[in-house]
Amino acid sequence: MNPNFDDIGETIGAPLLENGSAKINCNDVNVFYDDKHAIRKVSVDIGKNEVTAFIGPSGCGKSTFLRCINRMNDTITSCRVTGEVNIDNINIYNNELDVVLLRARVGMVFQKPNPFPKSIYENVAYGPKIHGLAQNKAELDEIVYTSLEKAGLLEEVKDRINQPGTGLSGGQQQRLCIARAIAVHPEVILMDEPCSALDPIATAKIEELIDELKQNYTIIIVTHSMQQAARVSQRTAFFHLGYLVECDDTKRIFTTPDHKLTQDYITGRYG
Amino acid sequence: MIKNRLKRRYLFEKIFRFMGLSAVVTALAMLAILFLTIISNGYSAFKQTYIRLTVTLDEEVIDPDGARNPDTLSSANYSGIVKKTLRKIFPDVKSRRDKRELYSLVSQGASFQLRDIIMDNPDIIGETVTIWVPADDDIDMLFKGYIKRSTPENERRVSDKKIAWIDVLLNEGAIKKRFNSTFFTSGDSREPELAGIYGALKGSIYTMIVTLLLSFPLGVATAVYLEEFAPVNRFTDIIEVNINNLAAVPSIVFGLLGLTIFLSFFGLPRSAPVVGGLVLTLMTLPTVIIASRAALKSVPPSIREAALGVGASKMQSVLHHVLPLAMPGMLTGTIIGMARALGETAPLLMIGMVAFIVDIPKGFFDPSTVLPVQIYLWADSPERAFLERTSATIIVLLAFLIIMNALAVVLRKKFERRW
Ligand SMILES: Nc1ncnc2c1ncn2[C@@H]1O[C@H](COP(=O)(O)OP(=O)(O)OP(=O)(O)O)[C@@H](O)[C@H]1O
Ligand SMILES: [Mg+2]
Repeated sequence: MNPNFDDIGETIGAPLLENGSAKINCNDVNVFYDDKHAIRKVSVDIGKNEVTAFIGPSGCGKSTFLRCINRMNDTITSCRVTGEVNIDNINIYNNELDVVLLRARVGMVFQKPNPFPKSIYENVAYGPKIHGLAQNKAELDEIVYTSLEKAGLLEEVKDRINQPGTGLSGGQQQRLCIARAIAVHPEVILMDEPCSALDPIATAKIEELIDELKQNYTIIIVTHSMQQAARVSQRTAFFHLGYLVECDDTKRIFTTPDHKLTQDYITGRYG
Repeated sequence: MIKNRLKRRYLFEKIFRFMGLSAVVTALAMLAILFLTIISNGYSAFKQTYIRLTVTLDEEVIDPDGARNPDTLSSANYSGIVKKTLRKIFPDVKSRRDKRELYSLVSQGASFQLRDIIMDNPDIIGETVTIWVPADDDIDMLFKGYIKRSTPENERRVSDKKIAWIDVLLNEGAIKKRFNSTFFTSGDSREPELAGIYGALKGSIYTMIVTLLLSFPLGVATAVYLEEFAPVNRFTDIIEVNINNLAAVPSIVFGLLGLTIFLSFFGLPRSAPVVGGLVLTLMTLPTVIIASRAALKSVPPSIREAALGVGASKMQSVLHHVLPLAMPGMLTGTIIGMARALGETAPLLMIGMVAFIVDIPKGFFDPSTVLPVQIYLWADSPERAFLERTSATIIVLLAFLIIMNALAVVLRKKFERRW
């Protein structure tokens, strides 16, 4: 039994940002899987051009909440979302919104690298192709090469660009997935434990990459590594049993957390 | 303790492996026996006994008025010419009965063959030509050793007299076995030596084309809809259960369905490959759908998420990513279904593809039969010569099947990407 369970109510810290600097505003979001209440009344702002980290014990709903932001939960039939998720002040759950366009604006990188079973080039070119971002082959090449470059992968793959993407190492595959996501020029990138399958060196590379990408993109990263959250993020949100317990500047969360649950979790007393 | 159990575990594994191996070996042995019997029964049908005739193409008989009118040419008394030629070889055959017996040495096909030669090239009239004509099926059987000279004459289908004539011909080198091209170029016939499988083969090909063109796209589309797009509810559950049930329905029931729907209701022609194809499509569809759904299910969901994640629509994610990955499995299912359809007889009996059809079908609406039905028809015939043709047809059917499967394997290899 968790002694502090009753304490969870309103999110403490600073979940909402001052006017103007929020890219995404979530308002009273609830998520249900059939009867299971997986996300409970979460309201939070995600700052523009900064990295927000979602942390929390396994099963607390981090992935579920992340997938609300590009409506990936629509693919799960049992899943129901209520509340508002506003991106640039437009509710993405309104009926007129086109999900396909939304997902072009909000890219996603998954926990397990999942390149298409096609060539490296085609992996990156696929998004731009279906959205008609390139008029001709030269433009497409340009997009593919700059995306690979930005993902820090170009050097390693430039002489085997037409070889299967699944033939790369795990870390390279994950960076390929990042390149694939940024090739469609999204505004937001969602990353669900992007480094959980990677060794420290590959992880360091991706963290570096995230740091660079934040200049142009709004990034949300789910991670189980406190160090990683502390290293790459500006703001951190701590989830517990579907509640957003505390959300604030990363520095403050890791030095003087307000909630006992947060403190226990980041100091490792809670697994 | 543990060691003891370990021994038992290994023993169990050994027994299991031995049983598996012996099952495989038994199955292979049975298969080998099957092939051996069929081939040893059927290979002789690929050769046929022919008799050499030196025919004088008498203008008096063929074209008395010399006008070379095709009608006159085609209705001339060619069998008279053949008979005359035979009488010339054996001039001392005098009685009516003996003559009739003499004429039955060669097949009735001889006169048709003569007619075809003349119709092709009327200039040849008046000349003397040497042609090889098929011998009667009894002579063929004697030649191939199925009718034994040692059996007493009254139990033998070939009289001593005939045997004497044959020996004369044999001495002159005027009778011998040659490749049986008739078997591959003509349709069915009451005379075994004139009967061929070309009609049935074409019928099978037409039927298979219809079946493939309908069942593959329909089956794949159904599977994609059910697996990727359809909501999960009572209704789709019922559909799923019923598709599985359909796969287990006896095939003759589909024949009855085809009879009532396609023939009686829509009034499509009887015995036509198009109807056969439709009926076999009904039978094959469930197999294709079930295999295709299994193939779709085996595509990892991460691929779908990846596609959706970069903003592909549902349709795009299916067409660009899921379908190509599922294609090898879908093809396998289709091959299994088609192989079953190719060997199917019962439902085709119901829609009249069992009729005796001499003409080679020229299209999807011409009356025709199919290879397995041809086998069924011939297997019923009393003539010994049809028996070997039955086995030969089975060989052809098996070859057809192997070619079809090989083609599918090639296709599958093309789709199968190793990365
Ligand atoms: N498809 C689903 N159907 C039903 N319940 C689900 C589904 N996906 C997740 N859940 C439930 O929702 C809750 C939150 O799951 P979620 O995957 O968001 O957790 P998480 O915080 O990402 O955990 P982890 O750190 O292990 O990835 C869990 O209790 C889980 O069992
Ligand atoms: Mg998760």
